[in-house]
Amino acid sequence: MEWTDRGIVIARRKHGESSAIVALLTREHGRHLGLVRGAGGKRSTGLYETGTLVAARWRGRLAEHLGSLACEMVAPFAASVLDDAGRLAALIAATAVIDQAVPEREPHPALFDATLDLLANLPQADWPQRYVRWECACLAELGFGLALDRCAVTGASEALTHVSPRTGRAVSAAAAQPYADRLLTLPAFIGDPAQPAGTREILAGLALTGHFLEHHVLAPLGHRLPAARIRLVDRLRRSSYVAGTT
Amino acid sequence: MGGPEIERLIELLARLPGLGPRSARRAALHLMKRREALLEPLADAMTTAARAIQVCSVCGNLDSRDPCGLCADGKRDASVVCVVEDVADLWAIERSGAFRGRYHVLGGVLSALDGTGPDDLRIASLVARVRGPGDAPGEVREVVIATNATVEGQTTAHYIADRLAGTGVAITRLAHGVPVGGELDYLDDGTLSAALRARRAV
Repeated sequence: MEWTDRGIVIARRKHGESSAIVALLTREHGRHLGLVRGAGGKRSTGLYETGTLVAARWRGRLAEHLGSLACEMVAPFAASVLDDAGRLAALIAATAVIDQAVPEREPHPALFDATLDLLANLPQADWPQRYVRWECACLAELGFGLALDRCAVTGASEALTHVSPRTGRAVSAAAAQPYADRLLTLPAFIGDPAQPAGTREILAGLALTGHFLEHHVLAPLGHRLPAARIRLVDRLRRSSYVAGTT
Repeated sequence: MGGPEIERLIELLARLPGLGPRSARRAALHLMKRREALLEPLADAMTTAARAIQVCSVCGNLDSRDPCGLCADGKRDASVVCVVEDVADLWAIERSGAFRGRYHVLGGVLSALDGTGPDDLRIASLVARVRGPGDAPGEVREVVIATNATVEGQTTAHYIADRLAGTGVAITRLAHGVPVGGELDYLDDGTLSAALRARRAV
């Protein structure tokens, strides 16, 4: 068995002295693991860093085997954000979420494209909004998409300000009023990227996606929100992010 | 093949880094052939080391005394502390002879995969060391974060910088870029882009 595909390095676990078991999010083969011999060598410097886009070749005697991976670097996304604490935290949070939430060997081309778009655009000023929208895309791809186009109560498509934590459906401001304390806030930038977003809106977005990731995606798998994602939220909470300034 | 003692020796040697079962067998045979010149002195040295070596309560270095030789050395600059991931990194910096300050060994890096969190590292003791006892300012003026230029190493560096914010000390990190003797043609894209970003006036 053999295939070639593009993949994003999601995780690397040391295996023996010089080898590693590398997890890739590939476009056509989903989250796929493989043994990489000599992953710790000088030739592999930076190649298997989390977030790197690689051209991968997987080989195994049988399809269900772990198999071996040989990769070539396409884009070192991690290298461009190493110096920036927030962007690096976002990169690690995204890969940690994928590592825990995405089933192995289940193709999710849309998630691959969304992740590639996120990583390529992390240097942009609006990276926190992009990260929140990426989590929305991740939820949708994993079957827990939020229905944010119309109000679950009135059917209105305007002034949608909240989301039901149970159903993931949007609720308009008027309909949400009596239950506002039990609903999740829906920041406007999720539906409309042109809307401005500061720290409060970003944190509200992360609380929204974090709720569904934790309760609907990770909990059934026996996982909790990854520590890396919790640290991203903490970092954003401490910073005073203003759209377009970082 | 041999008695259980020899098998045990081979089994233990095979656990050492760089040795597999075959090379462990060769090493064991070599030791046994040079019993008085090598095997017995090695056994004595290992017994002595096992008894004497301890972790320095100040910096986390390995030494036969506590505080370690580096922390006890009055000639070293106590106002600069270099933070490293592991004792191996401390040794590497010491080999370079380029640093005359003190060290702080973290004992690893933050890792979501391995489940290593801030409480598993010697970060709290670093913060306490920098802050100094009580309300009096500590003697540390600069912290050099020398974690690896990997995603996990730099995540740890940013975390430490956050924890030390507000202490008033200068926080610096090692430069990333072209290694001495490195040819641009052979450099990976990440190193090259980091070197370009960190360019400086000639």
